[in-house]
Amino acid sequence: MNKEKLSPCLSGRGVTKIFGSSKIKTVAVDHIDFDFYKGEVISIVGESGSGKTTLAQMLLGLISVTEGEIGFEGARRNISSRKNKKEYWRGIQAVFQDPFASFNMFYKVDSVLLDCVNMRDGKHLAKEKKIELITEACKFVNLKFAELTNKYPFELSGGQMQRLMIARIFLLKPKILIADEPTSMVDACSRATILDMLLKLRDENNMTIIFITHDIGLAYYVSDNVYIMEHGKFVEHGSADEVICDPKEDYTKRLIGDVPKIYEKWDLTTVG
Amino acid sequence: MGKIMLEVNNLNTKYITRSREGIFAVNDVSLKVEEGKSLGIAGESGCGKSTLALSMMGYYLSPLHYISGDIIIDGKNISGMKPEDIRKNILGNEISYIPQAAMNALNPTQKIISLIEDVIHAHNPKAAIKDIHDLARERFELLGLPPEVLKKHAVELSGGMKQRTVIAISTILSPKVLIADEPSSALDVTSQKMVIKMLRSLMEKGLIKSMVFITHELPLLYNVTDDIMVMYAGQIVEKGTAKEMVFDSMHPYSKGLMGSIIVPEAGIRNKKLSVIPGTPPNLKHPPDGCRFAERCKYVKPECTLTNVATKVFGNDRMYRCIYSIEQLKEVYADE
Amino acid sequence: MKNLIKQVFHSPKFVVGFVIFIVIFFMIIFYPLFIKADPLDMVGGLFNKPGTYVAVKDVVQTDEYTLKINTALARLKSISIADKQSMVDWLIKFGNVKKTEVDIDEVATLVDLWQKNYSSKVVQKGLLAAEKMNYVRLNNKINQLINSGDVYIATKDKDGVLSSTKPLDPQAFVNTKDIVNKKTFILGTDNFGRDVLTELVAAMGTSLKIGLVAGTIATLFGLVLGLLAGYVGGTLDDFIMFVTNIFTVIPSFILLVLISFSVGESARGVMLTAAIIGFTSWPWTTRSVRSQVISLRNRNHVNLSKLSGHSLPRIILTDILPYVASYVVMAFILQISSGILAEAQLSMIGLGPATTKVSTLGLMLNWAMAYKAPLTGSWWAFLPVILAITLISFSLNLMNTGLDQVFNPQLRD
Repeated sequence: MNKEKLSPCLSGRGVTKIFGSSKIKTVAVDHIDFDFYKGEVISIVGESGSGKTTLAQMLLGLISVTEGEIGFEGARRNISSRKNKKEYWRGIQAVFQDPFASFNMFYKVDSVLLDCVNMRDGKHLAKEKKIELITEACKFVNLKFAELTNKYPFELSGGQMQRLMIARIFLLKPKILIADEPTSMVDACSRATILDMLLKLRDENNMTIIFITHDIGLAYYVSDNVYIMEHGKFVEHGSADEVICDPKEDYTKRLIGDVPKIYEKWDLTTVG
Repeated sequence: MGKIMLEVNNLNTKYITRSREGIFAVNDVSLKVEEGKSLGIAGESGCGKSTLALSMMGYYLSPLHYISGDIIIDGKNISGMKPEDIRKNILGNEISYIPQAAMNALNPTQKIISLIEDVIHAHNPKAAIKDIHDLARERFELLGLPPEVLKKHAVELSGGMKQRTVIAISTILSPKVLIADEPSSALDVTSQKMVIKMLRSLMEKGLIKSMVFITHELPLLYNVTDDIMVMYAGQIVEKGTAKEMVFDSMHPYSKGLMGSIIVPEAGIRNKKLSVIPGTPPNLKHPPDGCRFAERCKYVKPECTLTNVATKVFGNDRMYRCIYSIEQLKEVYADE
Repeated sequence: MKNLIKQVFHSPKFVVGFVIFIVIFFMIIFYPLFIKADPLDMVGGLFNKPGTYVAVKDVVQTDEYTLKINTALARLKSISIADKQSMVDWLIKFGNVKKTEVDIDEVATLVDLWQKNYSSKVVQKGLLAAEKMNYVRLNNKINQLINSGDVYIATKDKDGVLSSTKPLDPQAFVNTKDIVNKKTFILGTDNFGRDVLTELVAAMGTSLKIGLVAGTIATLFGLVLGLLAGYVGGTLDDFIMFVTNIFTVIPSFILLVLISFSVGESARGVMLTAAIIGFTSWPWTTRSVRSQVISLRNRNHVNLSKLSGHSLPRIILTDILPYVASYVVMAFILQISSGILAEAQLSMIGLGPATTKVSTLGLMLNWAMAYKAPLTGSWWAFLPVILAITLISFSLNLMNTGLDQVFNPQLRD
């Protein structure tokens, strides 16, 4: 895999998030370090309460960082002003878990895609050109825009809406994509489609994809590198083969051991 | 062939909406579960497996309505019984049901032991409190649950502990059939494993005579149940032993389902996951002929003309497709 | 949207409430178009009973018609049941009349028996002096009814002497249609002599206006504050909550009383009262909107809007506001209802708008109480008002419950 090892596109040193005031503090993310490189597919695996969603929100710039630094494209990330934030969001985007919750149910789905075209400096384009771009994006995800236009979110299925989210990413072409459990609410048979589309985006644009998931099987299937997260800390990380086939930490071993197996025998004697 | 604990013959049930429309949720379902065995029902959301679970209990709450078919528990046909009779005599001691997210059903104002007292008194009003406490303690120890839990309230327990407690309470009367609907879906993997262990323990120790396990996660079924049945759009499309179904299924849908399983085991990275485009049909107006036809790769014109009946082959295996076994094997070999 | 409106009008509770409200509303709008009297006109006297009042002079000077009706018997029928019972009791105890001979329903025979057997001089053992006097008074009343002697009308001549006297025929009737000077008070008059019904309709209109203005102010204020506090959070949230908590801790009624009192009688108009009520009842709306917004701001569609670079006002208006809209509509209806009730409370203790300029439901109750209408049995001065307040509040609350069931399907029965 040809990665630009020169500088990571997203990195963190001592990144911490603490919720609450002096008396009742919750440390959601506890001084973690990471380096993500261009074109990598990374999975951050953790159970609920591990802090992975909080980390995703910090990476996206949706919540503030209590301590530590996040670096973006080699330099220290600056999202202090609104202008800087908007600039940052040209480089990093997200796909969320619940397709129904990702859309504003009072507006037609066109508006979401139109926003993306405008975001990519397309405001001045003619209407036909905008529709052309949107149609192309929908084609990428096997949807016909002509059939979707003027529809409200509740008129579409979950799979269609999740694919629209991916069409959005196709239009925006960010450098980094954070995918928060993108397939957990999708039918098993459509999962492969979603994963395929995301990987295709990576291949065509050298986009870094960071999967946030609790499904270690999915992490193993799709990623180059895996980070295991527990109680706000990265307990283990490495290439997917290293972490899954030869785990070093007890937590990782337990996590893998607690998932039902098919090809190997699932050992039920060890629990917890 | 052991004694049959649960037998369902040609069961049909439907939902009736406020605007008086009918949704045919369960269509022509037949199954058998022997003593000492467990059956897994797999399918995606909306296929009707939870509805089937409710229907099998014989206790129909509007908007679910029974249309036709038999449900026989250990020789007793409960399909014609009145709801009051079913509640008194069948639920809890013959057949027990654990719904999805059952752990939220624990009454937060009562101690666990008093919930158990309620359950036992509902069936045996004269049972002595001391006997109930002894039974509860004994059962909890047998199932690996700490007896201190009995004196606690539901809010003091973790999610996994709550779910296991619910399972213990549901089986306290040693029912002949236990129907568990997604008993571990809302839990973390470790608690999930404990729940699975407990269910297997219940079977092994004979505390329940048979089990029906409903879930959309196939690796679980492979490790828990003896047989697996796949449902699609309210019908059974295939049934066989767990091993046969996961590694050698025949129906195009089950094959697709099994082909989309992801496990953290070596070799999975090279697996090509199956894709089935489209969405399940609307059960308000189910299509004529095969319900899977519109999404099937191997569809022929005949598929949409007539309703496809189930066919039996091999060792009590069943599938629903217009193709014969040999034809299917040929088609798959070509790929 | 269309589907939602259809569902709303299919909800039985909403429809019932809506119908009641519309009936009241139309009454307020159309009544003044037909009855053009000034509601504040003091036409009648103190608590005149409901009924039609006819000018006596006109009656006497109008065409007479003789009808063959036994007027004496009708007058006997006006004896109350209590009096009849007293007569029966006396006759049985002291009048040597057997129970079987007396029938309380046959007034004529009863009165006959009374006339034959009553005498104040009979020994009435066991009766107090006051009770004996009661019977004497009763006897006088009966005598007056049957022995109505002739009544005469006369004119005064230039010397002040009455002349051309004419007896009134007991069987002389007049046609009310011939009388020009008559006034019908359907609900009687209040203490000022105002027609209660006309005043009531005007009062309902005023109270509804006050409720609407107060409700609008409270809801708008609460909505804006709640949105800002909930979405922006941080110091702004703390500040808004601080102010809200102060307003919550002080009972709103006390606040209303204090502000109304300090403003002074002369300045207190309808709109000012409405404004005062509005500005003291917003805390509840703020709180609820804020808690809803707090749960909404972490939803993924809001995050997505942020990632798409939308500005803060745009996110609040398009991503948050539509989701709280259904709640705000319900809150608004409840605010109208509580605004009307708050005005009634204020006016009842005399701190509402000045009564010489306008009439409101609370003011009508205030005056009814001040002039002791309940004690004098003048039910028409306060019961219709209470009924009006109840119906308006009830219809609004019913509409609200209906809407609630539409917006929150799990509440449906």
